[in-house]
Amino acid sequence: MSSLSITGVTKSFGTGPTATRAVDDVTLHVPHGSFTTVLGPSGCGKTTLLRLIAGFLVPDAGSIAFGDTTVAGDGVRPVPPQARHVGYVPQEGALFPHLDVAANIAFGLPGHARAGREGRERVAEMLDLVELPAHFADRRPDELSGGQQQRVALARSLAPQPAVVLLDEPFSSLDASLRGTTAIAVRRALAATGTTALLVTHDQNEALSLADQVAVMRGGRLVQSAPPAEVYLSPSDPQVAEFVGRAVVLPGTATDARATCALGEVVLSEAATGPVALMIRPEQVYVDLTHAEGVRGSVEEVSYYGHDCAVQVRLDDGTSVLARMAGVRHPVAGDTVHLRVTGLVRAYRPAGAP
Amino acid sequence: MAVLALVPLAYVASYVVAIGPVDLWQLLARPRIAELLRNTITLALACMAATSVLGVALAVLVERTDLPGRRLWHGLLVAPLAVPAFVNGYAWVSLDRGINGFGGAFAVVTLSYYPLVYLPVVAMLRRLDPALEETAFSLGHSRTRTFRTVVLPQLRPALLGGALLVGLHLLAEFGALSLLRFPTFTTAIYDQYGSTFNGAAATAMAVVLVLLCLVLLLADLRLRGDRRYARVGRGAARTAVPLALGRWRLPLLATVGGVVVLALGVPAFSLLRWLVAGTSTEFPVAELTEALVATLALALAGAVVTTLAAIPVVWLAVRHRGWASTVIERSTYVANALPGIVVGLALVVASLRLVPVVYQTAGLLVAAYAILFLPRAVVTVRAGLEQAPVVLDDVSHSLGLGPLATARRVTLPLIAPSLGAGAALVFLAISTELTATLMLSPIGTSTLATEFWSASSELRYGAAAPYALLLVLVSIPATVLLMRADSPAAQTERVPA
Repeated sequence: MSSLSITGVTKSFGTGPTATRAVDDVTLHVPHGSFTTVLGPSGCGKTTLLRLIAGFLVPDAGSIAFGDTTVAGDGVRPVPPQARHVGYVPQEGALFPHLDVAANIAFGLPGHARAGREGRERVAEMLDLVELPAHFADRRPDELSGGQQQRVALARSLAPQPAVVLLDEPFSSLDASLRGTTAIAVRRALAATGTTALLVTHDQNEALSLADQVAVMRGGRLVQSAPPAEVYLSPSDPQVAEFVGRAVVLPGTATDARATCALGEVVLSEAATGPVALMIRPEQVYVDLTHAEGVRGSVEEVSYYGHDCAVQVRLDDGTSVLARMAGVRHPVAGDTVHLRVTGLVRAYRPAGAP
Repeated sequence: MAVLALVPLAYVASYVVAIGPVDLWQLLARPRIAELLRNTITLALACMAATSVLGVALAVLVERTDLPGRRLWHGLLVAPLAVPAFVNGYAWVSLDRGINGFGGAFAVVTLSYYPLVYLPVVAMLRRLDPALEETAFSLGHSRTRTFRTVVLPQLRPALLGGALLVGLHLLAEFGALSLLRFPTFTTAIYDQYGSTFNGAAATAMAVVLVLLCLVLLLADLRLRGDRRYARVGRGAARTAVPLALGRWRLPLLATVGGVVVLALGVPAFSLLRWLVAGTSTEFPVAELTEALVATLALALAGAVVTTLAAIPVVWLAVRHRGWASTVIERSTYVANALPGIVVGLALVVASLRLVPVVYQTAGLLVAAYAILFLPRAVVTVRAGLEQAPVVLDDVSHSLGLGPLATARRVTLPLIAPSLGAGAALVFLAISTELTATLMLSPIGTSTLATEFWSASSELRYGAAAPYALLLVLVSIPATVLLMRADSPAAQTERVPA
């Protein structure tokens, strides 16, 4: 086990005018034993970053180090993937179809350990770790469900005790009900072994709920890396805000710690002056059904999810605002409601301003 | 290897350049050539049409209706693949010398080749998602209309691919047509070559034959480009609900039975009759054994060489896609379209001109086999390598295995079955190959095919029978393999998503 340090890593594909920078000057540190998710839309370069770390690709510039050992860049001859000691869990698991579960898990163990009692014990230990029954050892990959295949793939990557485990959208092919349970099992297994892990995903919920640190990528660049709550509540710019969750972005005018906007006066997380763009999360918008306190508006549309509901409100000045409230008691379309903002609001320099 | 595969084509092309268009035209603009052209084209078109109708009808009856004993019929309908067309021709003509000319050739060739359409259509029917048909039903389409508008269009690639294969086989067919005395380009080239050693006239006809083959090949390549996967969605394909035949059940059962009797029963009867008649006087055990050993040795050598040659071709085509690797892969297909007679002729001329030492050696014959049958190995091995995606190599590397260990523990185990299947297919094809063997086998080497041919072409039907039987027996294992390769288990992917 060790930490993972990526410093100024750049990778381009193609040559000449058609060249594209898939990964552009990315610097990221994953502390020892922690779990980082790399979040970004498809084509943002996150899978390329993962393949650079695994050693399937060589960076054009920058360096990659596991602990104190540099494996690429800094004038070091790139260490081939087989010598990097990384665990790799690709999309859809990619179990070896000609081997049973036990042989898949034991694949990366040294020859003497594979055959003997040691190997069998390690396989049993790994199956237990990923919360699969011991008798699964004899099954063939095509007899497993998608989630089970992913768990075996994780067990296979963890069996040789790698320095770092890399997971490439491991849950994207699973259906919604399996995705949650498999993800939690994977996080528990990684935490139990204290393995440094990097997971690449385009799913915001997955990225926020699993990780100690979320790294948001856009167009090859790393735009923010921070704990999940910080990325959600204090995104580095409005685009990040809208990518990691629903956001209401309103123009306003700031004076020190306060600002005024269509939803009235709000308290800023960081002081600002002059025209600003204010990012408010829908759950920060309190919908008052009984008192006439706050800004008046009428309910246009309600999407009811059971545990909560999303309410689209048209304010009297014509601004449309999304609010999220618990599903216990909710308005219906046409109701008149009053809105207030709770909690701190993040202010950005408005788009187009210098 | 790809260069070797292009030797026959280069030979034909260089001949055209050397002789010039004027002399070539004079060699070709003769009534005899016009007659050969008419014979070849009409027979090819008629057989392609007949095998298409027969192949699709039988496939639908066996796969999609409640015909009794469908598994048994499937086996019996594929079985004619184990009877080489020239053995089938021999069986019919030795029963009744009156079976000859266009009618005889048409009937015998159709009965020999319909499995080439039947098998791919069956495979496609099994892969088709019944949900497509169910959707059509739910939209108010009748059974027949659904078949016409939904099933048939999806069968088109398999059907056309099979029909083109029949066409290519027919252009190359020598033994059966020669026995049935229906002259086409292939038989005429052989006669020219054998009787007068007239290289110029034989090669001029070979040029026309190659052009005909290239037309079919281009059609096939276009078809491959258009091919789409039959199933779009995921999840397990269910088997379709069989169509109840009702009062048509018995007549159709009799029809299928009739096809089996004609395609399998008659040849078997004829063969056994001559076997009894021929061996009552003498049974040449020594010569039979010698021919069998020579055939098996040649086929084994050819199968090993061809399969090994296929590996780099496939590796480049699958793992390093690019124009160069595509050209290499395609060039082997071009050779596949060339009849054995052209490959034989080209290797005779090329070896005599360039490396006379190899002329009349087993090595040259094995080279001819490799040229002729490389595509079969390539197709099979390719399917195997596509089951071993690069991501498995990545995973293996990340688990600490270098390229050699990855090849040994991941790639080879995954493609081993397809290597075996490819080698077996080539083995079958070689052991029953007639034309190139006749032209290139070293003096003194007699194989099952050459011994059969010398006996049957001299009308010594009884003497030919044991060789014919051995040829059929040698073909059986590979035919069984082919039937299994087509089974649903082999069609589905090993790892469901």
